[in-house]
Amino acid sequence: MIVKRKELSFWERLYLPAVIGGFKVTLRHFFKKKVTMQYPEEKWVVPDGYRGAPYLVKDQEGRTKCVSCQLCEFVCPPKAITITPPGPAGAPEAGNVEKAPKEFEINMLRCIFCGYCQEVCPEEAIFLMKDYSLTGSTREEMIYKKEKLLALGGVHNDRIQKWKNK
Amino acid sequence: MSALESKPAPPPIEKIRIKVDGRDIEVPRMTPDWQGKLQPTTMLQACALAGIDVPHYCYHPKLPIAGNCRMCLVEFGTPVIGPDKKPVLNEDGTPKMMRSVLPYEPAAARGAIACATPISPGMEIYASSAATKQMREAVLESLLINHPLDCPICDQAGECKLQEYSVDHGQATSRFAEEKVHKPKQVDLGPRIVLDDERCILCSRCVRFTKDIVGDDALGFVNRGSYNTLTHFPGKPFDNNYTLNTVDICPVGALTSKDFRFKMRVWFLKETKSICTSCGTGCNIVIGSRQEKIYRCEPRQNDAVNSCWMCDYGRLNYKWIGRDDRLTQVKRQNPSIHGPGGEPASSVSNWPAAVREISTKLRASPASSAAIVASARQTNEELYLLNKLAQQLSAITDAVPRSGQSDHLLLSADRNPNSTGARLAGICGDQMGSKLPKIAEGIRKGVIKTLIVFGEDVTKHGIGADLLGRLDLLIVSDILPNATTKLAHYVLPACAHAEKRGTFTNIKGRVQKFLKAVEPRGDARPEWEFLHELVFAVTGRNGFVSIEGLFNQMAEEIPAFAGITWASLGDSGVTIPI
Ligand code: SF4
Ligand code: SF4
Ligand code: SF4
Ligand code: SF4
Ligand code: FES
Repeated sequence: MIVKRKELSFWERLYLPAVIGGFKVTLRHFFKKKVTMQYPEEKWVVPDGYRGAPYLVKDQEGRTKCVSCQLCEFVCPPKAITITPPGPAGAPEAGNVEKAPKEFEINMLRCIFCGYCQEVCPEEAIFLMKDYSLTGSTREEMIYKKEKLLALGGVHNDRIQKWKNK
Repeated sequence: MSALESKPAPPPIEKIRIKVDGRDIEVPRMTPDWQGKLQPTTMLQACALAGIDVPHYCYHPKLPIAGNCRMCLVEFGTPVIGPDKKPVLNEDGTPKMMRSVLPYEPAAARGAIACATPISPGMEIYASSAATKQMREAVLESLLINHPLDCPICDQAGECKLQEYSVDHGQATSRFAEEKVHKPKQVDLGPRIVLDDERCILCSRCVRFTKDIVGDDALGFVNRGSYNTLTHFPGKPFDNNYTLNTVDICPVGALTSKDFRFKMRVWFLKETKSICTSCGTGCNIVIGSRQEKIYRCEPRQNDAVNSCWMCDYGRLNYKWIGRDDRLTQVKRQNPSIHGPGGEPASSVSNWPAAVREISTKLRASPASSAAIVASARQTNEELYLLNKLAQQLSAITDAVPRSGQSDHLLLSADRNPNSTGARLAGICGDQMGSKLPKIAEGIRKGVIKTLIVFGEDVTKHGIGADLLGRLDLLIVSDILPNATTKLAHYVLPACAHAEKRGTFTNIKGRVQKFLKAVEPRGDARPEWEFLHELVFAVTGRNGFVSIEGLFNQMAEEIPAFAGITWASLGDSGVTIPI
């Protein structure tokens, strides 16, 4: 389809009126209160409910809450999550925890911070936290492993502790 | 077992008319039961014929009926019969129906278990009435009273009947405020099975399977009421060769496989129809794989071969496919020069070059100076191509027999999946392996200068390393390295059955096809592909470049396969006279 271009009027072709209009806006803002934030020296207060990077959490007694059900891996739209299930042997240090992931990776370059993983998790083991600016100098560095995710996630004070009385 | 044997066509069966959900249908009065004996058709079978699925747990078409889970309850009605023994009619001429009701409470519907109640002429089954729905909801609620919230850690999740019916007939919240009964978890039932008693819904499928199908009365229930618990007899582990079938038929996640436990969630698995290659029975299977890794094999129903079952030995014999020492390169070797680790000097080649060089050498070799040792683990098509090569070279051929203990159910003493195919293709005579000494003798005398070996370690079968060293040309195709591949001049990396397509002919003459589940490793290629190229280069006669075309060509040439095509094999195969 060819869209016909409208002919410019003489006034529009003069070009100066548009420049003057632009300067007017600049001048108006010049005398107003400043709104620009000096990021990164100045940091923004992240509101509650913000969807930042997803991290794993532990319960009050230090157990990994994630049970490696792989629902988040399944639901994740960009396939950012890769879980290695524990297999039949189970980790010796796991105690009465019947199932926990052997490895849990989130590729933060792929993650779109959609929050589906948090929503689907039946164990409340993964939460989108307030980190929004993740940097690294290699791609590998941006694939967060289980230990890092657990360290960043911290403790979740949940009323239900799945493995406490098992 | 009689259910496994094919029967002559039964005489025509009388049909009766019934109504399912208001729809008139005609169903046979009798239907074969789990043993293949004719029994009165049940409401559940009639509903299935009408295309209506009645939820059930304890019913299994290949097991005796127990009728203990009550999930299949349906409301039904029978025609009212007058004193004259004729149906009483309504004013509009339709037969008057008597709905099933509780004897002491005529307003309340009374269900019957569809899995065990035979149909009668004129019966109406209300498979989706409000009363039927209410019965299902009540049964499900009672089954869930003590059920743990284990789905996130349960291997059955995703293929669990309890999950499925909970979605259809369950409630979002539980009304059960009391403390749940706790039963043993992670019980070690035997070498391959873990039991979680809290998840068991006491359907007794596993008990019936092991008692009535396997004949090993190993499982049973102890205690009563809510404390009713499945267990094995004390001091008698559940360890027969068919235990893993109970994992398949357990409708919930109570019985789980130690091999598959916590390895992968089932919804990630790609399912490929295949054949077990561990013995001559050729059980039909489904391979579950993800990202080119095989996680499990499960039986696939084929009443002409394996019913719904397979043996544990065959099921667990898949791990070698993922071994790290697989042959992955086409190699030219000089076995007379050794490296520091005793490895022969070798250089990596590629398929076009190797096929070119090998075919030049084979064409130049004098007639009858070559021999071929094939494997009865190869497909019909591959053996057919090898035989073509043998005819051109006037080569003597044979395959290697492999045997073990057979059992009463499925496992055959012939541990090659395609012995029949090797015979039909003309690779070996009735006595497989009888020509191997002759081949050894030929090499010793220097008559045989070229040996082609497919998928066997001939050093273990009478053609030792000293003999192999005398050959001018040793071409070996295999999947894993062995003593023969070390001495080869050419090593051609081959595929496991899960990595290619093809057909096998089982001991009873059932020709069955299998499909590709995972990609081959490295440079490995299906044998039929490069054999086809080699046969073309040596004989000059072209064949088909697709497995379908190749199979059809073979079926036309070998009389035993006459009349069958790749397409007519379907999923369950065709039996040929052998
Ligand atoms: S937030 Fe979304 S994209 Fe990121 S890991 Fe979770 S599901 Fe995947
Ligand atoms: S959904 Fe939750 S419990 Fe399941 S694997 Fe993901 S983080 Fe772990
Ligand atoms: S273990 Fe499974 S098959 Fe056996 S009785 Fe329990 S639910 Fe049924
Ligand atoms: S009986 Fe034979 S074919 Fe069947 S599963 Fe066992 S080994 Fe495989
Ligand atoms: S299926 Fe269990 S009672 Fe009918």
